[in-house]
Parts: sequence; C-alpha cells; structure tokens
Amino acid sequence: MSHFLDRLMFFRKVQDQFADGHGQTTYEDRSWEKAYRQRWQHDKIVRSTHGVNCTGACSWKIYVKDGLVTWETQQTDYPRTRPDLPNHEPRGCPRGASYSWYIYSANRLKYPMIRGRLLRAWREARAEHNDPVDAWAALTSDPERVRDYQSVRGLGGLVRADWDEVTELIAAANIHTIKRYGPDRIAGFSPIPAMSMLSYAAGTRYLSLLGGVCLSFYDWYCDLPPASPMTWGEQTDVPESADWYNSKFIMMWGSNVPQTRTPDAHFMTEARYNGTKMVTVSPDYAEATKFADRWLAPKQGTDAALAMALGHVILREYHLDNPSDYFVDYCRRYTDMPFLVRLDDNAGHTVPGRFLRAADFAEALGEDGKPDWKTVAFDEASDEVVVPQGSVGFRWDESGGWNLEQRDGQGREISLRLSQLDSRDDVATVAFPYFGGIAHEHFNSTEHPDVLERRVPVRRVTLANGETARVATVYDLMMAHYGLDRGLDDDAVASSYDDDLPYTPAWQEHITGVDRRDVVQVAREFAETAHKTNGRSMVILGAGLNHWYHMDMNYRGIINMLVMCGCVGQSGGGWAHYVGQEKLRPQTGWLPVAFALDWARPPRQMNGTSFFYAHTDQWRYERLRVDEILSPLADADDWQGSLIDYNVRAERMGWLPSAPQLGRNPLEVAREAIEAGEDPKAYVVEQLRSGRLHMACEDPDDPANYPRNMFVWRSNLLGSSGKGHEYFLRHLLGTSDGVQAEDLHELDDGEKPAEVTWHDEAPRGKLDLLVTLDFRMSTTCLYSDVVLPTATWYEKNDLNTSDMHPFIHPLSEAVNPAWESRSDWDIYRDLAKRFSELVNGHLGVEKDVVTVPLLHDTPAELAQPYDVQDWRKGECDPVPGQTMPNITVVERDYPALYERFTALGPLMEQLGNGGKGISWNTEAEVEFLGRLNGRWHDGEHHKGRPKMYTAIDAAETVMSLAPETNGHVAVKAWGALERFTGREHSHLAAHKADESIRFRDIVAQPRKIISSPTWSGIESEEVCYNAGWTNVHQLIPWRTLTGRQQLYQDHAWMRAFGEGFTTYRPPVNTRTVRPLLGERGNGNPELVLNWITPHQKWGIHSTYSDNLLMLTLSRGGPIVWMSEGDAKRAGIEDNDWIEVFNTNGALVARAVVSQRVPDGMTMMYHAQERIVNTPGSEITGARGGIHNSVTRAVLKPTHMIGGYAQQSWGFNYYGTVGSNRDEFVIVRRMDKVDWLEGDDESILEQEYTR
Amino acid sequence: MSFLNNLLFGYYPYIAGTVFLLGSIVRFDMSQYTWKTNSSQLFDSSRRFRIGNILFHVGIILLFFGHLVGLLMPHWMYPWFGLTPGSKQVMAMTAGGIFGTLALVGGWILIQRRLTNERVRANSSRMDTFIILLLYVQLVLGMLTIPVSATHLDGGTMLELADWAQHIVTFRPGAAEYIADVSLVFKLHLFLGLTTFLVFPFTRLVHIWSAPVWYLGRSYQLVRQRQG
Repeated sequence: MSHFLDRLMFFRKVQDQFADGHGQTTYEDRSWEKAYRQRWQHDKIVRSTHGVNCTGACSWKIYVKDGLVTWETQQTDYPRTRPDLPNHEPRGCPRGASYSWYIYSANRLKYPMIRGRLLRAWREARAEHNDPVDAWAALTSDPERVRDYQSVRGLGGLVRADWDEVTELIAAANIHTIKRYGPDRIAGFSPIPAMSMLSYAAGTRYLSLLGGVCLSFYDWYCDLPPASPMTWGEQTDVPESADWYNSKFIMMWGSNVPQTRTPDAHFMTEARYNGTKMVTVSPDYAEATKFADRWLAPKQGTDAALAMALGHVILREYHLDNPSDYFVDYCRRYTDMPFLVRLDDNAGHTVPGRFLRAADFAEALGEDGKPDWKTVAFDEASDEVVVPQGSVGFRWDESGGWNLEQRDGQGREISLRLSQLDSRDDVATVAFPYFGGIAHEHFNSTEHPDVLERRVPVRRVTLANGETARVATVYDLMMAHYGLDRGLDDDAVASSYDDDLPYTPAWQEHITGVDRRDVVQVAREFAETAHKTNGRSMVILGAGLNHWYHMDMNYRGIINMLVMCGCVGQSGGGWAHYVGQEKLRPQTGWLPVAFALDWARPPRQMNGTSFFYAHTDQWRYERLRVDEILSPLADADDWQGSLIDYNVRAERMGWLPSAPQLGRNPLEVAREAIEAGEDPKAYVVEQLRSGRLHMACEDPDDPANYPRNMFVWRSNLLGSSGKGHEYFLRHLLGTSDGVQAEDLHELDDGEKPAEVTWHDEAPRGKLDLLVTLDFRMSTTCLYSDVVLPTATWYEKNDLNTSDMHPFIHPLSEAVNPAWESRSDWDIYRDLAKRFSELVNGHLGVEKDVVTVPLLHDTPAELAQPYDVQDWRKGECDPVPGQTMPNITVVERDYPALYERFTALGPLMEQLGNGGKGISWNTEAEVEFLGRLNGRWHDGEHHKGRPKMYTAIDAAETVMSLAPETNGHVAVKAWGALERFTGREHSHLAAHKADESIRFRDIVAQPRKIISSPTWSGIESEEVCYNAGWTNVHQLIPWRTLTGRQQLYQDHAWMRAFGEGFTTYRPPVNTRTVRPLLGERGNGNPELVLNWITPHQKWGIHSTYSDNLLMLTLSRGGPIVWMSEGDAKRAGIEDNDWIEVFNTNGALVARAVVSQRVPDGMTMMYHAQERIVNTPGSEITGARGGIHNSVTRAVLKPTHMIGGYAQQSWGFNYYGTVGSNRDEFVIVRRMDKVDWLEGDDESILEQEYTR
Repeated sequence: MSFLNNLLFGYYPYIAGTVFLLGSIVRFDMSQYTWKTNSSQLFDSSRRFRIGNILFHVGIILLFFGHLVGLLMPHWMYPWFGLTPGSKQVMAMTAGGIFGTLALVGGWILIQRRLTNERVRANSSRMDTFIILLLYVQLVLGMLTIPVSATHLDGGTMLELADWAQHIVTFRPGAAEYIADVSLVFKLHLFLGLTTFLVFPFTRLVHIWSAPVWYLGRSYQLVRQRQG
C-alpha cells in the first residue's frame, strides 16, 4: 500500500535461506513490476490499415488501452487463396508499425487552424456584413487584403480556430465563388481513392454536388504509364504479387521490390525457392539486386535502348529463325501484328500511315456499322482482305460481335496472316524516324541518320475511291523497324548482333553501357522460358522507368518483349507495373457515391497535370521546343507553337478536359441562353464559334479564369507531388518562392505561345482560399489558409483495396478521433450542411453548363477517325461530342446540397449503374440499401431515399452497388458485357451470385473479392489475378482501336512525333542548369548531375518522413545520395550539407556518399518533409526546398490525343503526365549552414508580424 | 539580531528537517519512477568524468560522515578516543581539508561537464544544475572555515557548533544561542547546509537514501517468495 511502510519490513526482509546460506528468500514488494506488465495489456484489438499510397494495403491489429491507441501489429488472418501458393501473410513493414506515433505526437493536428491575417480580415468583414457570403465578397474584393494573407503563406502564422467559424468561412467562400466566377473555379485534389475510398468520396461528393472540379492524380504523379492505355486501352492492370510465385523468369526493371513493396517481397523470396530465375535492371545497386541471378546496369534513362535490343534478339530467334508456335499463334490472335497499315508518301519517303479501315474499301466490305473504326487484315486461307471482329467499331455498333474469336464481321472463320513476305506484291523502302543520334551533353548518341530506311514486303489493294494503296502488316513493319534481316537484300538491317545498327545488342552497348553478350543471354532466357511455359515470363517495372519524359518508349519497348513472347494475360507472366495503389476494386459501386452520380451527371473532372501546368504558370517558363521532339519525317511548319498550345488545341477539340471550362461563369452562360430563348448547347457552340465566348484554357492568367478555391485532402500536394514546387508558390499561392528562371517575356529568345493570351505581368496568388484536411502538420498544411484536423487511420471507418492482393478490408474506428479532429466524411458533411444554410438568398436551383471531353469507354471515343481537324481554324464545324467537347446542362439544387449529400439519389434507378462502357439496372440494390441503411423520413429533398449519413452507410452503399462485393451485381455486370461480346461470361461469377460482402464482414476478416468484368483478371480457385487474363481466355477484346494489344499507334500526332512504333529516345534538354552554372559560386566545386527521385525506404511518399521513429532509423532529415567519384570531385564527404539547385529553385540536404550510385546521377528519395532538420538555402535565402524545388513539369503532346479509341481521355486513364527525370541539377558543398532561426527575440517578433 | 539568529538556527533546522523527512517519504511513496539520479553517463562517460565523479563522491561521503560524527558525538566521549577538543579540531581540519579538496577537484570537473558538455547540458533539469552548484558553494564555504578555525585552535568554536547540533537533534531549547557569536562563515555554511536538507527531496539527492550499501552483505542469490 505504501512503498515506504513496506520498507519498514527491513529487518524481516530475509525470510529464509537455502543453499547453505548462499541464497536467501525475501518478501519484497513486486507491485512495481505492474508497470511493465501493463505496458503490454490492452482493452481491445481493432482491425484497421494505413490509408497510405504504398500498395501494401496490409491489415493491422490496433491495440487500444484506456481509450488510447498503444501500438499496432500485423494481422495474419488473410483467407487462404490457392493450395499451392504461399500465404499472403506476413504483410507489413516498419513504416506501418510506426504509425501510431503520429496520433499523439506534436505533429498531430488537434484543432482547426487558420491563417491569422485571414482570420483578422474575416472578422473585420463579418463585423461589417451580417451575411457571411457578403463578408467574403467584401474581403476578396479588396486585393490588398487578399495579398496580405496570400503573401505569408508557408511562413507560419496559423492560429487555432473553432469549427463553426472556419466552416462558415469555407462555405461562404464557396458560395461567393460559384456566384461570382462559377462552380468550376472551385477545385479539389485528393489522390488514390483505393487507400481510403470514403474519405476520398466525401470531398469529391461535396465538390461534384456543387459543380466543382475533381483533379486527377495518377497522371500528375507520373505513375500513369501512357503506354498502357495506348497498348491495351486499360489505365493499368497488373498481376497480384502472389502471381510472382507462378512466374518462371522475372525481370525487376527499375522497380525496387523489397524497399517499395516490402509486404509483398516475401513472394519474391518464395519464387526463388520455387526455382524462378531473376534478372534486375537498374542503374544503381538497388536493394532488389539481392534477389538477382544477373544484374544489368544500363545508364539511367536509356532503358528503351536495352528493351529494343532485347526485342531484336527475341524476334530474330523466336519469330524468324526458329518460330515458336506458341508465340506466332498468340501474336496472330491477340495483337495488331496482322493488321494492315497504309504506306504513305511523305516528302520523298515512304512512311507507315494509318490503319486501313473497312470504310476504305468498296461497300465497306459489307460492314454497315461504324466502318470507319473497323480495321482490316488478310485472311490466310482466302487471301482476301477481311474485317476481323473485335475492333472498336464492333464495340460501338453494338452488334454483339466485339470479341476475339477468329471470325470476321460476316461470321466467317478466318486466320489472319502475320507476314506478307511470301505473298508480297512488292517490296517498299520504308522510312522510320531515329532519335538516337540526337546529341545530349550527358548521354551518348550514335552516328546514325535521323531517318532509317528499311525494306518491307507489301501488298497492293484497291480502295473504294479507285486508288491502289500499298499496305503492309504491323508484323512486317515491326521486323523492319527492329532492323531484322528478312532476306530482302537490305543493307540497312543487321546481319549479326555485332553490327552497329539500330537496334542490335551491339548498338545499345554504346548507349546503355550493358555488355551485348548479357543482352543476348537475357533475351534468350526470357523468350525460352516463355516458349516452354506458355508465357510465364514477367517484367516488374515501376516509377524508375516511368518518370522520364519519353517514358512511353521505355514501357512500350518492354511491353513489346512481353507481347512477342505471349506473356500478357498468362498466369505468371506479363507486365507488372507497380507504382500506386490504383486498384479500387469496388470501383463501379464507389463511383456514384464519390462523384454524386446518383444526383447529377456528368461530374466535372480534370487532368491534374494540365491543370497545374496552366495554373501554376509553368508554361510561362517552357524551354522545350516542339521541333526538338518532332519526328524528322514530320513537316515542322505544320507543328508550330509551344507545348501549352497543344494542350489548348486538345481541350478545344474535346480531347482533354478543361478546368475552368468556359471563359465566363457557366451559370451565367446558361442564364444568358435561357434569356435569349435558345438551347444552351447550341448557344454555347455559337458563342464559341463567333469568338464571343472563349474557353478558359485560352487565357489561364485572366483573373476570371483563376481557380479561386481549392481543397486538398489525403494529400501533401505541396510537400510531395507538386512538380515545379516553386512555381506553385509563386503563381498559384503568391507567396515567397525560389524560382531562379526567367519567363518567356524576360528571356531574349523566348518564343511565346500562340494560342494563349500572354500577360506580361504574371499573376501572383490565384487562390483566394486553400483548405487542407490532414491529421498531421504537413508542408501543404503550412501553406494553407485553413487547416482542418482529420481523423487518423485508426479513428475512422473506411474501405481499402490494392492491386497487390485480392482482398477488401477496412479502416475502422479503434478510438474516437482525438482532440477536435473529425473524419473526412463528417467534415465534408458538416460543410455541406453549412453551405446549404448559407446559400439561401444567393443561389437556388441553377442551370450549369458543363463541357465533357470525348471519354474513353463511351461512344464518344470514336470522334475523328482519320485526320485531325480543328474547328477553331475553320477546318471543320464545331460539333459537340465529336470535334469539340460535348456540352451538357446540369441542374444544381444548391439549397438541397446537404440533403443530397446524405442520401442515395434517384438517378441510380433512373439511369442504372456501370463502368468501363457497360451498364446495368441497379434498382434491386437501391431497394436493398433502403432497407439496410434505412430511409429518410423527413427532408424536402431526400425524403424516402436510402440514408448515407455515416461513413459506414456510405461503405454499405459502395459494397452493395459494386460487382466485386455483391455477387448478384457481378452476374448482372457480366451479362451486360455479354451483350457487347456475344459470348457467355456469367459463369465467372455465377457460383458467387448469392455472396455479398458487407462492412462488418470485412471488419471480421479481409474478404476475397468477386470477379467482375470491369477488370481484366479474375478471382478464382484456379488462377491468381493476372492482367489481361479475360482478354486471352474469355476472348474479350482489349479496349483499343484494333481490339488487340496494339503495338502500332497510328494517330496522326503519334506519327508526327515519331512514335508510331516504339523506339529509343534520349532524355530531353530542360535547359535549367547552364544559366546558373558557375554564376552563383560559393567557392566550392560544382557538379552537374542527373536528378533522380526514387521512392524511399523510410517513408511512403512524405508520410513517415516526419515520424520520429522512422527519422531515427534513417539519418533524421533530408538526404541526397551521390557516388563516391562525384563526391570526391566536388570535395564532398558523407554527411556534409550540400545544396542542389537549378533555375527551378534550390534545396539543401545532407550527402549520402555511397557505392550504390553510379557517377553522373544523384538520387534524392522523393518527398522528404522539409519541416524536419532543413536549413536555409544559399541560393534562395529561404528554407530548404523539397525534391520538387528543382523540377518543372514538361508536357508531351502525344499524351493529349483524344477521341481516338484507346487514346481518349478518362479520369486517371490517359492524358498528360508530370515527368521529372530528365532534369539536371548543380550540386555543391554548402559554405554556410544557416538555420534561419535567429534568437528568441527575433522569432517572437516574426510571430507578431505574421 | 538574536531574532534572526533564532529563526535561522533555532526554527529553520526543524522546518528543513521536516521537509527533508516528509518530502522524502511522500516522494518515495507517490513517485517511485522519479526516485533516481537521471544518470548522464550515457551521454558522456569520459575518463575525466569518471575521475571527477569518484573524487567527488569519495570526498563528499567522507565529509558527510566526518560531520555526522564530529557534530553529534557527545563531548564526554572524546576522552574515550584520547582526544581533547583542541586535537579533535585539528583532526577535523586536517581530514576535512583533505576530503574537501578531493570533493572540490571532483566537483569542479562535474560542474564543468554539466555546463559545457552539450549532450549533458541538454538533458539536465534545472534542479540538476542547481544542486551541483549548491553543493559546490557549500564545499567552498566549508573549506573557508579552515583558515578561520586556524586562528583559534582551542576547539571552543567546535564545541559550540556541536552543542548546537546536539541540541537541535535532541529537541532541547536554546540551540541557536550556542552559535550566536561564531564567525559569519560558519553561519553561512550552516544555513546552506540546512537548505540542502530542505531541497533534498526535490532533487536527485534522494538517491542517497537508496545507496546500495546492502550489496556488501547480501547473499549471492535473492529469491522473492510467492505472496498471498
């Protein structure tokens, strides 16, 4: 009872003796040991996970004691999958195990915060105006007051606020912005819904109901591989990690599995025990190399050259010399290789043109529906041109002939001819562009002409217009392009691997530095394994390759290898692109909840890259000229303008979306049309045609077109993914920045864009209000005006899935949100409520003109089949949905926003549900949800509708509507697909028809999802999930022009930029180093190095990089890796403070000098939070910088193509991507390390002035 | 003046003593996890530190027992050891001088380390720094009494101090009067000594209570009996 009184037993302490007095028994109190015993006691264990973009999606046990989370350990209860597979457990890593630290750390956001200066201005305005909306209008009408708080963003000065006040401010700002500028001037950024689907959906549901813009992320992160939509019409689909075990030959190519896929890496070890051979390809000695039997180390950025050479060997040995029956059959049935390409004359050259279509022939070869979109080939038996089923024309003529059976449109059995070598009419000398000769200061070029001429067997065919056209198959063109000798007396092709001709193993040696013998060996092993096992060769690849400007070349080179060897769609084989947690398994159930499709369609969606490029004004600094990336076979006169001009053209033609959309408030435009008594659609077309109305993209720097309000949640946009970080700060936020570059106006030789209005004075501070929701004080929070504290991953209910395993499992509320934090769902719901309360008198039921791009997986993807025509230039009429964006009118009921937010709307019964081009009736599920969640009994606008009040209600809605979690829906969905393919697929889900997974089920245990037609793999007891499996085994076409895996891209822009066939293209020159090299010396030697920013070991993007436990395991602050040789040259020793800079900005970090890194490149693990241990930069005089302080996004025109089958825009599916690896930086040792802290007095003074 | 003398040396000893005893018991009972020295040896365990630490502890422990015996041994016991007040004073001055020097040297090393070693300094509480400075001032004052004592080697002052101490601990009135006329340096030394007792329970000095002296006599193996 009392420690002291117990001590009074002093003289009786010894009770007894033993061992001849060598031992004594005592009667000491042991209650102090409780402290240690209690450390490992807990009240309950709750299942949750980490809503972080790592693809792990590991289930965790969260231990709770006295209402506090104490720690977490890995769950081990995943359902078993298949008998011969290793278990999925253990899944987890030290990052996840350290998460609970955040909850009670000093970094946790505990209360709403607001920028002090804004709060002061707001209170002054509120004192004058009783109506909050009027107050916001008054505040923002005074530019000085706005500049006052904009200019100190990121410089501290956040003060604690209360929920009521900030919610009112945000709602008032939104209402005013809608009223004054339009709802599309409100944007929201949140990435990767799969990691916490309902948190994502909460924000996008709010934004979609009010007409705001949801920004895409996958493309902006540059994790979207455009090669995937180009080849397969599929955003990204990959095998689950368990499928590695089925593979017999794995190449890990620029993917560091143990470091970045830690929970899955055990499958790699198990695959090795199972006898799988492994090759890693990586310029640095990465951790993954430990798995490898062979390590190829090409110079960074030259992977495409290596892939081309590997393809050269595979084609030579397995297609020409000793054809593998399996490969030949696969290529005939599942690729575009047999299809006919027209050869065009072009300035003295014969070049591959577009695919021939049925419409080119007399009577369209008997095809009535969509003959412009049906590609053709020769049938072997009849030697006639036939129209094989499965091309995109068969999809949208809805004849039920969209399948990969070996039949033509008339139902005749056919077998397509791959090569015309033996049936040729002639041999043509065809020209292919060659880019490997382009000189680059830091990359080796070769001495070959920029046009390669090679001989190709051709046929002559007579077209409908009487013209005789020369045609070649993709197969024959590819053989010529790869430089293979077909016995056509061609001097320009290789007779041996040692010829220095593109694309032989000897040729690549000069570019990549990889020994040619290794290339031949690896190619043979790769192909031989696939030949013997029917395609069990796999390539795991990732961000390492995809972040280059010409990432498509790297990827298409590798995809070609896989396709040549019949690996795609086969268990244990194929393309495994792992970058983000993109697989939102119950996607079609989630879409209506997330984008409020149950109340209004279509939602406003925007590709993030083009949005940020335009609105952070990075285009004003663009130094990459179009003629540098154009094909030598294209006429440069036809391809004028700056990169943003191409983006504007794409938006005008409906290829890419826009945000904001029109140059005026869309509510006003609708009002004008109604007042004029005209149909709004016709009115807008006429206004645009006449030039009285412009699209907003044509003048992004006009204050009317600024994005005014922005929400960021589940994201650290400014501390992690913001390419061109310093441009964000300067133009979007209007605060102090580190940009060292001059814009095109300030430069002497700057050529200004043609399609965009130029303002000499660049805008500073476009956003009136930046709101961030987070659980920790991230860099983005520090730059925000309002910071809302959200629930952590152990404090909310949500859903989580991944592409790495087939399970769906929850985040759940182990403890209540701590302090004043709330879940994202609750925050947005409350915001919706406040919005609806304040909106009366300002907005009512409004008509909103929405422009919709030509979307993939809709009939609009068949827009312009041949040449590209721009209505603005008078080349064609502006036809909505064909030559320009579609124009729709959406009704917004602003006072009903809250009631709509909290109920499932009536469009689900009226219009059904679906995705990826198929739809089904979902009345039964809505009826079921009415009973499961209950229905509203009050409320004018949602009375009688199923409730979606809590996050769990929303989870049940998602899971009930989705085929992946509701067997009945799965059967319906497969049925919907059957109507397109004319084949039976429902058996894939029939045995699970009565299975439905609900939220409490997954809280009990992760559940395997049900096979669904919106994915290309299946879940079954026989095979692992593998991308393309249903295409190969169910004969469902790929969603491309030809319906096959498309290796030739025939769009006019693809050809103009020299990428009809994949090739090697050296990195581009971003021109960011020269102006500063040697100009801003600090006395230390300067190095120019390639800037590589891979994923890190001690964090997942920026998360955990400010976590004390992880900082303790690493070096406790920002680090940059460099080679021993480079370090020596620059007089840098390990752990020295160094500065990295170029015209985009500067950053500081400690040097890690390591043998891991080759000379010439430097690596900074991306997204290390600048809020920990970051001193000031000598260049900018400001604190640190992040890895993106030295980058700037550069767009690629071919990614803007739209309305062309697989090359059509879709949210996170296709579009411009934010590449960043072609960047070079200057590195030097710092002279003075200034922590910019000053003494206490000066800090205190700063606090007050802020 | 006699009021202040009585307050400081008549009443203050009881206040300090009460806080010392009760404070120690309360802290021991209520806050077991604070019953420690907050060792800084993880941050710096240099040879210099170890020398300073040992010198300081040896010096201070011997000084403590010297004072304990010297002040509290009844005068009538002196002859048992063949001592006269004069010879006892000389012995006290000699022993005190030697041990005081050890502690002074060691203490200087410790103070220097605590104030200048970055890691130690960053991990020191204010009380840690305060107590080492307090003890050091007390040591210096103690050493300063030696030259004063040297001017009167008859042991008279020593007896007055011992009388004071013995009256205090035996709760006899009039203790303060014994030392009304001793030199100021003695009074300062006494006052600071009492203050050390006063702050004792609030500092790392509590480790003195738990000095592991019993290790010297215990058996090789201790086994706790199952209870209850």
